[in-house]
Amino acid sequence: MSHDAPTPTIHGLMAEFENPKALVHAAEKARLAGYKHMDAYTPIPVEELDEALGLRRTRLPILVFLGGVFGGFAGFGLEYWTQVIAYPMNIGARPYNSWPQFIPVTFEMTVLGSALTAFIGMWALNKLPQPYHPVFNVPEFARASTDRFFLCIEATDPRFDVGGTKQFLEGLKPVGVSEVAP
Amino acid sequence: MADHQHPQSRMNAQAEKQLLARTPEVIAPGHTFETVTETISHVVMSKRTPLGWFLGFGIAFLLLMILNLTIGNLLMTGIGIWGNNIPVGWAFDIINFVWWIGIGHAGTLISAILLLFRQQWRTSINRFAEAMTLFAVACAAMFPLLHTGRPWLAIYWLFPYPNVMGLWPQFRSPLIWDVFAVSTYGTVSALFWFTGLVPDMATLRDRAKSRAAQTIYGMLSLGWRGSAKHWQRYETAYLLLAGISTPLVLSVHSVVSFDFAVSVLPGWHATIFPPYFVAGAIYSGFAMVMTLAIPLRKFYGLEDFITMRHIHNMTKVMLATGMIVAYGYANEAFFSWFSGNPYEAFMMTNRMTGPYAFFYWSLIAINAAMIQLFWFRSVRDNIPLLFVLSLFVNVGMWLERFIIIVTSLHRDFLPSSWDMYAPTRWDFGMFAGTIGLFLALFFLFIRFLPAIAIFEMRTLVEEETGELERPGMV
Repeated sequence: MSHDAPTPTIHGLMAEFENPKALVHAAEKARLAGYKHMDAYTPIPVEELDEALGLRRTRLPILVFLGGVFGGFAGFGLEYWTQVIAYPMNIGARPYNSWPQFIPVTFEMTVLGSALTAFIGMWALNKLPQPYHPVFNVPEFARASTDRFFLCIEATDPRFDVGGTKQFLEGLKPVGVSEVAP
Repeated sequence: MADHQHPQSRMNAQAEKQLLARTPEVIAPGHTFETVTETISHVVMSKRTPLGWFLGFGIAFLLLMILNLTIGNLLMTGIGIWGNNIPVGWAFDIINFVWWIGIGHAGTLISAILLLFRQQWRTSINRFAEAMTLFAVACAAMFPLLHTGRPWLAIYWLFPYPNVMGLWPQFRSPLIWDVFAVSTYGTVSALFWFTGLVPDMATLRDRAKSRAAQTIYGMLSLGWRGSAKHWQRYETAYLLLAGISTPLVLSVHSVVSFDFAVSVLPGWHATIFPPYFVAGAIYSGFAMVMTLAIPLRKFYGLEDFITMRHIHNMTKVMLATGMIVAYGYANEAFFSWFSGNPYEAFMMTNRMTGPYAFFYWSLIAINAAMIQLFWFRSVRDNIPLLFVLSLFVNVGMWLERFIIIVTSLHRDFLPSSWDMYAPTRWDFGMFAGTIGLFLALFFLFIRFLPAIAIFEMRTLVEEETGELERPGMV
């Protein structure tokens, strides 16, 4: 898309399907037809869509691992610093750095660090919370959270063209195709 | 070869088929996405609140007021209103703390461990079991916090923060490990629960009729739109949270058991404690899930989703974990004899024949003898009986903590310091009050939030009915 291109008057075109199978087939056909800027909306997670839409694997697991490592070091570091450096106290003649007794807190902090990263990371990568999104302008979309499956090809796609894309989507035998207001 | 089967294996196949027919379904047949969504969300979206709800919530609310009264008196007067005193310095506050925390464990087991083991039957009970965990942790946390007497000061005894005195908590103490374990557990359970709720909040947002409901559920749904890109990360995060929660839940009750096991007191200083506490936690937690699930499915007509399969499986989990607990009792008794330590031996004799013997034998009668009933299919099919038995298990596990804590403390090494312990009315008030808090929160939960994970039920329907093909077939 070049810089002087006019702002698209629509967000895209959305096709509605009755079941996940039809949607997965449609998504794959769209990908093979060369569409790239598209997304599918489903009331249940459909793993097969990752491949059909050509989604990349998420980098969430590596972030969670790093979060866990950070939490663990922070936990042990806190214990070491408070018990050895900041306020060393002789408790039952145990060494200041009595590391075996520091393990439970280190473990819990590892868990906390990774869980917080999984939670915050997932919502942040998904760019949620997001109060407004154009797909909600389609009245039929209310059923996307119950029993309908949607494929939306976005107007930003280089191959997008209202007439042609509409014809393409109608060829996939959807329940209906609607324009999505921006 | 293929069509000429060995008679033996044919018979096995037939027996297997018969056995499968005897196993009830995870979800009643004939359900579609729309029907599961409607049935579950109807409980929340319906304008009419059933009279029984008001009755139940009213009773819970009264108990909750007792909690307020007790806490008020406790803060004004001090912890002297409780019955615990030297030598029994820990009594109801730690008994109830361990009891509540243990109950919470079943929620995490169902939502996390059974998810990793791909146990489909967890789907219809995980949401309210997780809610149960959160509320139980809230009740549990109240006891040690109020046992400090001045909870507004407790923060620097419990949490490491740079205070003006330059003091830090003592990290070699299991009590501090407990603070970290329980607060991490509460936090992670809340994150897990909220993550699971978001797609259902979107469903409720889209089905809500009133503006207020649309706004509130809309905000809670974070703008969830079911995008495939979002689902991919969502499923990854959910699985990771389950994987993280699994060692967490095992660690929490192990750490709770360290409160006892790390001390040198006879009856506490035992290496069996961590696994035996974890098994006991799951056992009591499943009993509480059962206590809540039986009325829930009955009054809200959710028998199609919480089927006999769930009831059977929960009973079997209780049987298995209850047997581990019973093994723990046997092990304790054996160890006190085999150790040859006179204090250990006395502790066990005192438990069995001392002033609290009645409670010890009640505990054995429930947790070792009564649970043998769960072996029988006729018992597993009898719902009213199971409800009563699950209440007994809750009592039994409470008695276990009473016995472990009170009988070990009230007669220790020095006969001159022996004494008896009896709870006061404020002890009972506080305990009844937390039951009120727990039930009140639970009643609010089933009225305002979907008690069964709707999107996971839809996934279950899809798995039962549709077959997805792998891409690359076009």
